[in-house]
Amino acid sequence: MTTVPTTDRVALVRAIATQHLAERGPLMPVLHEVMEELGHIAREDVEAIAHVLNLSVAEVHGVVSFYADFRADPPPAHTVALCRGEACQSVGAEALYADTHGRAADLGAPGDRVEVAEVFCLGNCALGPSGTVDGRLHGRLSRERLDALTEGWR
Amino acid sequence: MALTGLAGRVFVPGDAAAVSVGADEVAAAFEAAGAQVVRNGSRGMLWLEPLVEVETDAGRVGFANAEPDDATTIVTGSRDGTTSLLDQRGCIGVVDEHPWLTKQQRVSFARVGIVDPASVADYEAHGGWAGLRRALTMTPADVVQEVTDSGLRGRGGAGFPAGIKWKTVLGAESDLKFVACNFDEGDSGTFADRMVVEGDPFTLIEGMTIAAHAVGASEGYVYVRSEYPHAVAALRRAVDAAYTHGYLGRDILGSGLDFDLHVRVGAGAYICGEESSMLESLEGRRGEVRAKPPIPALKGLWGRPTAVNNVLTLCAVPMILADGGQAYAALGTGRSRGTQVFQLAGNVKQGGIVELPFGVSLRELVGEYGGGTLSGRPVRAAQVGGPLGAYVPATGFDVPMDYEALAESGAMLGHGGIVVFDETVDMAKMARFAMEFCSIESCGKCTPCRVGSTRGVETIDRIIAGQNVQLNLVLLDDLCETMTKGSLCAMGGLTPMPVQSAIKHFPEDFQQREAALT
Ligand SMILES: Cc1cc2nc3c(=O)[nH]c(=O)nc-3n(C[C@H](O)[C@H](O)[C@H](O)COP(=O)(O)O)c2cc1C
Ligand code: SF4
Ligand code: FES
Repeated sequence: MTTVPTTDRVALVRAIATQHLAERGPLMPVLHEVMEELGHIAREDVEAIAHVLNLSVAEVHGVVSFYADFRADPPPAHTVALCRGEACQSVGAEALYADTHGRAADLGAPGDRVEVAEVFCLGNCALGPSGTVDGRLHGRLSRERLDALTEGWR
Repeated sequence: MALTGLAGRVFVPGDAAAVSVGADEVAAAFEAAGAQVVRNGSRGMLWLEPLVEVETDAGRVGFANAEPDDATTIVTGSRDGTTSLLDQRGCIGVVDEHPWLTKQQRVSFARVGIVDPASVADYEAHGGWAGLRRALTMTPADVVQEVTDSGLRGRGGAGFPAGIKWKTVLGAESDLKFVACNFDEGDSGTFADRMVVEGDPFTLIEGMTIAAHAVGASEGYVYVRSEYPHAVAALRRAVDAAYTHGYLGRDILGSGLDFDLHVRVGAGAYICGEESSMLESLEGRRGEVRAKPPIPALKGLWGRPTAVNNVLTLCAVPMILADGGQAYAALGTGRSRGTQVFQLAGNVKQGGIVELPFGVSLRELVGEYGGGTLSGRPVRAAQVGGPLGAYVPATGFDVPMDYEALAESGAMLGHGGIVVFDETVDMAKMARFAMEFCSIESCGKCTPCRVGSTRGVETIDRIIAGQNVQLNLVLLDDLCETMTKGSLCAMGGLTPMPVQSAIKHFPEDFQQREAALT
């Protein structure tokens, strides 16, 4: 994903931005698509998007930095996102988050970066603690469930 | 009842909550066992998910907390006539007769869990498009009047009358107007928008199309939070189908109405649920709150008149147009008309969707529908109305759930989420979290919110550490007042509500820190 050479990368980003040119307010859809295709929004992507959409680099950068979903650096090998919303807290989410965050490195294979992120509500508030494991939603999470769900990573 | 035999289809919810506890694996197992599987929405009895339903000649029979292993027994067994379905593991009988459902009055959720959310024909067979058909025979002003007569108020939190908002947009002169649906549903403890869209997406499309006709809009946008990928997929699929069948696009149903609907996805910012921030985000900018006036109804998306409404507000519209505003207004109490979709969440035994006319008490919702806590310990508090809503102590649960009664008791209904906590909850920590959440999610535009929330966290930290508790409580109170009065929007303006209600109703959680240390 992150091994796309810079020139190809810029060409791809330009192509994505061009595809959305006819839409009203194309920036968010473009950023989402770059995230999906390339895993992050690099400095050169910002410049290419700004150029195609006729926006300033500062403006595009400002949008990228505002939203939690857009990342400027390459993504980790795996991500666990745990909900810290009140409903999940009422069934022990804070302890689960602290525990999982503390042992993030042990969840993956040696050398693989595992990110344990916090999110605020996944709309699964009656079946908490909730979280996503590499993007898939899970309810009624526990240390044991997370171990089982991440077993294949190690 | 001796019931044998599988008469037809098997329903396995594709709802995200059901999927979060294994519904996809269960669906695959039923397919492998030869069943014709429909991925329906959820009935809203979330503690029973995955709740599989088998079509029989007596109705749809449910199997709670189904596992993949159950598929073969249910399908082959019942097909051979060798086992009675009712004796199978997890059987809860005919789902439509379940007391948790029969006691409710489902209007907005009438079709959720019942229909196939991917099928336009199924939607139509269950009463879909009747509201739009009738609306298209009426003048825009008459449609607005019907909505006004229904008493429908915005379900996104502020409770503003929908008809009045629409009238403003209708009256605004412009060659281009928009309808924007707020599907950001960021409040913890809420999931009704998600469930209605995943389970019955055509209702939202129909509601928005009626709104477009009523206000004179030609384009609509749905702003969905990125945390809801299942809903985005369900909605996009439904929008495509609606175009194919002539319910969106040019000359809808031969009426001359043109309406295009776009689905846009947020990017992980709670503040983008505030309507002007949502509009900024739709336009491709940072989700910073706009100063009012001008109101979005006059200058909204790209400076044009825009009707901004919550998902549930728009989903109530088809029924109002189909059955008349009076039928809707006949439900409810005082100035809170119609039904409210309550969402039971958190430490609750039976969490899910409870749709009832306004006025039901919190006690009935948490105690009778919720069945108490999941942990089995006594209920201590409930937070009503999301992260900006008040903490209500168990002793205050007799309050009727309507806009005015709640406001009078120092709380708010918000989007109808109810988060239950048992006696182990530390209310000082919850107050701290309210401030922390505000500091994380503040758009940063005004000082009372941006700086105040950070100061709030620090002050509560000192209280939790037992340092100068009395003095810091006074400081915290001043800070809350500054935030309430000086914030540009309700993010900073209402964060004091959970904080101050926690202090008011649970002083021991704040005071005893000092006692414990000195
Ligand atoms: C911080 C904040 C967050 C909000 N989040 C939402 C939301 O997620 N969904 C929503 O419909 N309204 C939300 N609102 C309310 C909207 O600003 C607005 O009142 C609503 O979209 C209007 O639609 P309605 O009249 O149909 O309720 C929020 C308001 C604030 C201040
Ligand atoms: S109160 Fe907070 S979220 Fe609202 S405008 Fe001010 S800084 Fe932004
Ligand atoms: S609070 Fe965790 S899913 Fe809603």
